[in-house]
Amino acid sequence: MSNNNKNYTLMDAKKAEEIVRSNVKKRRRKDIVLKSIGQFAIFVALSFLVFLFVSIFAKGIPGFFQHYVTLEVNLDQKRLDPKGDLSADSLYSGDARKLVLEALYKEINPKGRKQKKAAKKILSSNAEIRVAQMVLENPSLLGKTIPITFALDDDIDSFLRGYIKRDTPESDRRINNTVIKFVDVLVEKNLVDYKFSDYILSGSASRSPEIAGVKGALIGSILTLFVCFILSFPIGVATAIYLEGFAPKNRITEIIEININNLAAVPSVVFGILGLAIFIGVFGMPRSIPLVGGMVLGIMTLPTIIISSRAAISAVPPSILDAAYGVGASKLQTMFHHVIPLAIPGMLTGTIIGMARALGETAPLLMIGMVAFIVDIPNSIQEPATVLPVQIFMWADFAERMFVNKTSSATIILLVFLILMNGIAIFLRNKLERRW
Amino acid sequence: MIPTIWFFYGNKTAQKIKLKNGKLHSLIHYYGLFVLLYSLIPSIFVYIIILVGDDILFSYLINDYIPENIKNSSDYNKVIVMTQIQNILDGIYFGEQPDWVKLAAEKIQHWSNLSLFVNYSLTISISILGGFLGFRKINPDLRSRNSVETIIIYVLGFSSLLAILTTVGIVFSVIFESLRFFAIIPASEFLFGLTWNPQFEGAERAGSGQEGLASYGSVPLFVGTFLISFVALCIAVPIGLYSAIYLSEYASKKERSIFKPLLEILAGIPTVVYGFFAALTVAPMLRSGGTLIGLDVASESALAAGFVMGIMIIPFVSSLSDDVINAVPQSIRDAGYALGSTKNEVVLQVILPAALPGIIGSIILAVSRAIGETMIVVMAAGLAANLSFNPLDAVTTVTAQIVTILVGDQEFESAKTLSAFALALTLIVITLILNFYALHIVKKYREQYE
Repeated sequence: MSNNNKNYTLMDAKKAEEIVRSNVKKRRRKDIVLKSIGQFAIFVALSFLVFLFVSIFAKGIPGFFQHYVTLEVNLDQKRLDPKGDLSADSLYSGDARKLVLEALYKEINPKGRKQKKAAKKILSSNAEIRVAQMVLENPSLLGKTIPITFALDDDIDSFLRGYIKRDTPESDRRINNTVIKFVDVLVEKNLVDYKFSDYILSGSASRSPEIAGVKGALIGSILTLFVCFILSFPIGVATAIYLEGFAPKNRITEIIEININNLAAVPSVVFGILGLAIFIGVFGMPRSIPLVGGMVLGIMTLPTIIISSRAAISAVPPSILDAAYGVGASKLQTMFHHVIPLAIPGMLTGTIIGMARALGETAPLLMIGMVAFIVDIPNSIQEPATVLPVQIFMWADFAERMFVNKTSSATIILLVFLILMNGIAIFLRNKLERRW
Repeated sequence: MIPTIWFFYGNKTAQKIKLKNGKLHSLIHYYGLFVLLYSLIPSIFVYIIILVGDDILFSYLINDYIPENIKNSSDYNKVIVMTQIQNILDGIYFGEQPDWVKLAAEKIQHWSNLSLFVNYSLTISISILGGFLGFRKINPDLRSRNSVETIIIYVLGFSSLLAILTTVGIVFSVIFESLRFFAIIPASEFLFGLTWNPQFEGAERAGSGQEGLASYGSVPLFVGTFLISFVALCIAVPIGLYSAIYLSEYASKKERSIFKPLLEILAGIPTVVYGFFAALTVAPMLRSGGTLIGLDVASESALAAGFVMGIMIIPFVSSLSDDVINAVPQSIRDAGYALGSTKNEVVLQVILPAALPGIIGSIILAVSRAIGETMIVVMAAGLAANLSFNPLDAVTTVTAQIVTILVGDQEFESAKTLSAFALALTLIVITLILNFYALHIVKKYREQYE
């Protein structure tokens, strides 16, 4: 203390006690205040979390549903299948659109060109493809008149959900009064349903929100993660084994270790630049393919896997190693027969967590062009693809009102996958990992 | 496949020798592995070398098929020519292509078929040959286990070198392009210039008389980055720090086991989700809130992006600070309590001063995370490079500019494209320095109590 050399005079004991006692209440109160500030901080942080989830789910759940209309369509063979061979070529060139529209006109009786033009806006542009596909799968339907359910156009969908208000002036609305009249007729006739969307899970990227889905992006994500895993798991584990078991303690080893720690700190967008400059620029690989995406993400997750695998290996108690050495096993045999089997759960946990992070990663993939608008569903790691988070990013930019819901739905799907992966990691950690 | 056959063959022979001699140096399967590695490793090397090398060789050889007049023309670009040829090979081209391109494409097609054939046959024969050589070596005195183990350890060591290779790749990819950028634009203009406006690059090159309009002063970007990070820290530091204090000093074990993972969820949510949340929910909310109290908040304000980023980095502050506070030895706490202090006094006057270096380290780590964060700012912050310290304005950041410049088709060789690499270089340097410093502080602090 600073006043060491001061001469203390003893205070009267009673007086001292009085001073202390009078302060105790104040000090206790301060204690409670700090505790409540702490509680409040956690409460605020968690309410952010809840707010985030609520705002996404509130918009995302409706995105899984959409409005459909059921129409009695006459599947006239001659008009549907002009070549008469039931081939996809013939069916897609057929006149399905007209047949569907006729079925619609029968319900709402539009008069004149103007009204017919309005009526055409009600159905999704996907309607005729749906008819052609149905016939393609089941040719026996030809010639019959059957009820078929079609997605409504996204503007009609927004109107039925109440996003487009009836009392806004007609000129400010995306749909005019005639269309609203027709929709009212359909609703009155009980032909409109609100049900689980066919397209969100099985559809591919599209500019029309009512038929856009995440299937292509989901498969792209799986392919990309597959490449990422194939690349980063073996290399990561091998590096961890080497550094923990065999690396001599020298300058090179030290440099490798510092390096790995540095790589873990590099912003993810930089890995995208690496992919762009090296893989695409120097090696001349094509853009937008899961192979390059997976390689970039693999390099990005490598440090995570190495660090967690090293922790898992070093957590195996030395007694096990001593026992193995004691019966004459070599260093490598001890490692592969005893240490690694015991460390595998820890390694897998780290790998899954790294994969989960890679699944949610967007920025590096933007750099290597996985942001292209790709309608086809990718079949291999060499075909252009997009991934789920990038799909979310793209949809978030689209102006159509219904894409807000679709984006939130895609976000929910992404979060579900992340929760699943982290759940597996936690399960592995709790069930398989042994505590010594 | 051939190595596998050699493996079984080697095993069998070793078994035979064992039956005959009754003694072998190593376990039987090591002889199989020995032959397998002899067969596998050289053939993989040859395969990869040819696979990677043939394209490079072709691009040299193809030079003979490109007419002189095209090579000499001023806008000759090898990359474009190669793309042209490649497009013919892939069957995607529009309009009529010149004859020499077709001829070159045919040649390449021919060569690549040839190289594929050579590659396969060479790989297969080498793997048979290698296996045979290994097989010949099998005898009772062969120390096959030792050889196999040495090879495996080398393979493991080699894979650990890949981490270095990655770093080298990052550094080279960024530094080369940056140097080319600084050859066009002086470094002093990049580092100290006050306007960032690469958009006019195209107009300038077209010679429309608007020369000198594009400017590459990165100061507004860094100001924007630090402004957003500052807003994020204003959210994350108090919340994270008080949460850490509560969790480590006041919470019961059960509370801790519930709240800590819950807080860490915040760090696990993909950044694109945060970006969507910021652009869709937070920004309009702040805007309408601002209008209510008479403030004009830009719809892409630094406040919205920073706020959401702050939420994201709460766990970085709280978890690390929590670890650091826990690392303060119990004896110091006990000493405080023995003097009759309340928890409040022990925390604020004893533990926090002791843990301060570590806490600062954790905050620096959070800062470096905030500076490198990309998706939130791309989606929620603006693109206009305003030099402004007002969090209600729209500002842009380094990462947002990198993404905007490099996404989509970009012209190589243009100063605009190259500027992204220069930005990336500065970004890497800043984050690495911050991390180095933070880890250094934390390490030093840990050593104090060990």
